[in-house]
Amino acid sequence: MSTATEAVVTQGRRRRAAKTADYANVRYKRHVGASLRTGVQAIIIVIWCLLPFYWMIVTSFRPVDHTFDTNLLPIPFTWDNYATAFSTELGNHLLRAIGNSLIVGLTTVIVSLIFGVTAAYALARLEFRGKSMLAGIILGASMFPAVALLSPLFQLFTNIGWTGTYQVLIIPSISFALPLTVYTLTSFLREMPWDLEEAARIDGCTRLRAFWQVILPLAAPAVFTTAILAFIASWNEYLIASVLSTDATQTVTVAIAGFTGSQPHQEPYTAVMAAGTIVTLPLVVLVLILQRKIVAGLTAGGVKG
Amino acid sequence: MSSVAQAKAPSRPPTVKRGSQKDRERQTAIWLIIPTIVILALVIGYPIVTAIIESFQKDPGLDPSTGMFNQGGFAGFANYSHFLAQQCGTVTCPPGTNGAAFWTSVGNTFLFTVATVVLETVLGVWMAIIMNRSFRGRAWVRASVLVPWAIPTAVTAKLMLFMFATYGIVNVVLQQQILWLSDPAAARIAIIVSDVWKTTPFMALLILAGLQIIPDEIYEAARVDGASTTQQFFRITLPLIKPALMVAVLFRTLDALRMYDLPAILTGGGPGISTTTLSMLVVSQIRQGFNAAAALSTLTFIIIFLVAFVFVRFLGANVVATQSATKKGEA
Amino acid sequence: MKKITITAIGGLALAALALSGCSGGSSGGSGSDNGRGPITFVQGKDNSNIIATLAAQWNKLHPDQKVTVKQQSDKADQQHDDLVQHFQAKSTDYDVVTTDVIWTAEFAAKGWLTPLEGSLKLDTSNLLPATVKTATYQGKLYGGPYASDGGILYYRSDLLKTPPKTWDELMADCSIAKRAHIKCYAGQFAQYEGLTVNFAESVNGAGGEIVKSDGKTPNLETPQALAGLNQLVTGFKDGDIPAENKTFQEEQGRQAFEAGQYLFMRNWPYAYSLAKTDSTSKVKNTVAIAPLVTNSSLGGHNLAISAYSKHKATALDFIKFMESPAVQKQIVLKASLSPVIASLYDDPALVKAAPYLPVLKESILKAVPRPVTPFYPAVTQAIQENAFQAISGTVAPDQALKNMQAAIMSAGSGN
Repeated sequence: MSTATEAVVTQGRRRRAAKTADYANVRYKRHVGASLRTGVQAIIIVIWCLLPFYWMIVTSFRPVDHTFDTNLLPIPFTWDNYATAFSTELGNHLLRAIGNSLIVGLTTVIVSLIFGVTAAYALARLEFRGKSMLAGIILGASMFPAVALLSPLFQLFTNIGWTGTYQVLIIPSISFALPLTVYTLTSFLREMPWDLEEAARIDGCTRLRAFWQVILPLAAPAVFTTAILAFIASWNEYLIASVLSTDATQTVTVAIAGFTGSQPHQEPYTAVMAAGTIVTLPLVVLVLILQRKIVAGLTAGGVKG
Repeated sequence: MSSVAQAKAPSRPPTVKRGSQKDRERQTAIWLIIPTIVILALVIGYPIVTAIIESFQKDPGLDPSTGMFNQGGFAGFANYSHFLAQQCGTVTCPPGTNGAAFWTSVGNTFLFTVATVVLETVLGVWMAIIMNRSFRGRAWVRASVLVPWAIPTAVTAKLMLFMFATYGIVNVVLQQQILWLSDPAAARIAIIVSDVWKTTPFMALLILAGLQIIPDEIYEAARVDGASTTQQFFRITLPLIKPALMVAVLFRTLDALRMYDLPAILTGGGPGISTTTLSMLVVSQIRQGFNAAAALSTLTFIIIFLVAFVFVRFLGANVVATQSATKKGEA
Repeated sequence: MKKITITAIGGLALAALALSGCSGGSSGGSGSDNGRGPITFVQGKDNSNIIATLAAQWNKLHPDQKVTVKQQSDKADQQHDDLVQHFQAKSTDYDVVTTDVIWTAEFAAKGWLTPLEGSLKLDTSNLLPATVKTATYQGKLYGGPYASDGGILYYRSDLLKTPPKTWDELMADCSIAKRAHIKCYAGQFAQYEGLTVNFAESVNGAGGEIVKSDGKTPNLETPQALAGLNQLVTGFKDGDIPAENKTFQEEQGRQAFEAGQYLFMRNWPYAYSLAKTDSTSKVKNTVAIAPLVTNSSLGGHNLAISAYSKHKATALDFIKFMESPAVQKQIVLKASLSPVIASLYDDPALVKAAPYLPVLKESILKAVPRPVTPFYPAVTQAIQENAFQAISGTVAPDQALKNMQAAIMSAGSGN
């Protein structure tokens, strides 16, 4: 480049830099104000969400005869409740229950996502008669009270001879997760920029490859969000698990419900709170790990226009 | 605002579908949806069919001579009129029976649904917007927002039972002696508060996913154009998260109409029947006569179906309108 | 699209029909091994960790008829529903089931329990008659009593020298409570089965009855029943039974009494050892017990043989084992349960370990069972809802009894 051109370019750069700096200055000031407001609101949200959980943790460290104390810190302090929760002496098998819940939850999420994504693609992208009716049927599965499913399902699975297996827990769990999964993914896939997929297919990709490599990454927030919600829903499911699981396949919700004190009629609040804390922590860790994925934005190039 | 219009309708080139292409699409579509339909048919469809068949049978009656139950017969619509018209045989169902409790529990269910869904939507949108912003420590905010939803319902209910007890922490903080669980209005408030605390994260998470679709440039452009934060919210954010919001609200409503776990453990449906929901009535009826319970489940199903119908038809929660429909401007 | 829908619906209907036609497990017949073999014993959550020991003792004596213990939840309603589900599915998984005394009529009338007669006869001569009655329906024995339960009156010996003998005396003693600035009477008045228990005790104590001797026809519109209900209503109105009792199940009352807040408490025997041994109990040395001033409601559990069991002979032997004096002594000592063998209540060693036994015996001898009806779930709901309205003051007592009567009638007619 000749010196003259260089000078023009540099001058232009400097002018642009000044303008950006000016603009950035104004933005910075507004940004700080907004940051403060955001920060305060964030703190309020965290307190609202965590306060009862804090109470739960505090109670879990109290000795049984101090269950109803109202001081803010657990003094006197004891690890007894955690020992009780984990001990298998009284027949509580919390670790095994956690393992069972993990098996059921992970299988549910994987299968629900596979079935859900395929169904959502068909509903969002393809045209065929009867689509509304099928969508309505899928939605209809969320309209029947779950409590009324217990007896028929118990009889059905007893007849087939599947009592005590994992599939009797997984299959109903999938059916509870599917409607929400399908509908959420459908509504997201509808909003996707389809010209990208069209372009890829014109370039020679199959429909599947175009979908998998182009569209699905853009729908990652929706996919991970529904995965988290489906996993938590399966983790927390109680009714079906209480009826269809046996001692060996018990999930955490059933295990906790079966906690007792050392006397009949005695409510083991502290042990239940300890178990609840134990059972919630893996979910919190899971979300901490995955939370970036649920807010991945539209960062792939060539989309924003 | 042109930038908004741009974002609202991702460009879709017109395609003319030939006959064979349509057939192929239909084939593909069917194979893609069949697995979902099969599982739902097995787990939910079969019990629904069973319930409908059973609801037209009478509950077994007691043979006075032997004291044993024998088969009921055909009941026609008797099980349905038992609840809808409060007919217990030839008299109106007296207080203390499930028949008498039907309309009250419908009212309770709708009260809980409206109150919790409205509150959860408002709070959920607020939380989602905050979680969407970038600030230090937002990972922790997002994780803590999920905590209420992550705790098993049974534990939450026991925790709330504990906190709302006569000498529990809520009364201590409020410096009152409210009998939360034996006063109808207080019990309803306790349930609504507990449910809102527990379920707002569900809404917040779905709405947060919806916020991801909106590119930052739109807000930039709007700010340059001089739009205030409120204007940005109502003119940009709200319309663009509408699809995700509608799905979240729809499913939350369907779940709230089937509420069971929380009131069952927290108040047991009492005091009286002031917190009994339809699902709780079904459970109680199953213990007393399962044919009438089948009718009650079917009634609940129909009620929920009507609510969903209103949603989809009038509030625009239709998620299956596709390219061509969008092109025609229907959706 | 239409073809597929029709095929799907048709397939579904066929599947439904086919599956409903299947019988569960196997056809619950008499088994070729003369009814002997391994069995499953079902009971609610074992709080005192005693059943494992008992099962081990049995298994040592009967190595080829081993017992497996299945523990259900500790909530009575869920235990009930779990049994119902298995019976309805004609499951052969359960052999010996533990039933609450209020479920006998319901399960027997539905044909789910095996009558203990003929080759399965059970000798009940050394058992408390009241407990045998709880296992009887229409003159047939449907189970073996295992543990009993009766209510007893707890009071503060530092404030009261002689316990009251009637309800009026008890209410008069409330002045002592007022002078000592504590509350008077605690019971179970939350809207659950405990309310039926307390209500029945007041009505029976006043000379009334809930149902006639046929066990089905309600008999609540009598002056005695009204008098019984009025005892409670007046107690609540005057504050002698504080309003917080409407949220009390067994635990809440026990904790309040242990904290020294009450002069009297009506509760089951389990509260006694807790009151004496809890580190935060303020009434360790001042808690005393007496028989109820009303007739106690009879609680307890029986062991029944499922109609679908394949090893009924073994099941019967197991029931006899659980009713043997050796085992009954263990459940008193280790689990603080109340035995069903009459003579054990006077056994000096047992009385030393469980001082409430003599008082409990008096309670059980005078106890009145709750209505024996196959429609018990509906009947108890009718009682609970209307009794709660009465003690809340929202419905006048006589109207509440009228509604209760009508609701029980409606329940009994199966409508």
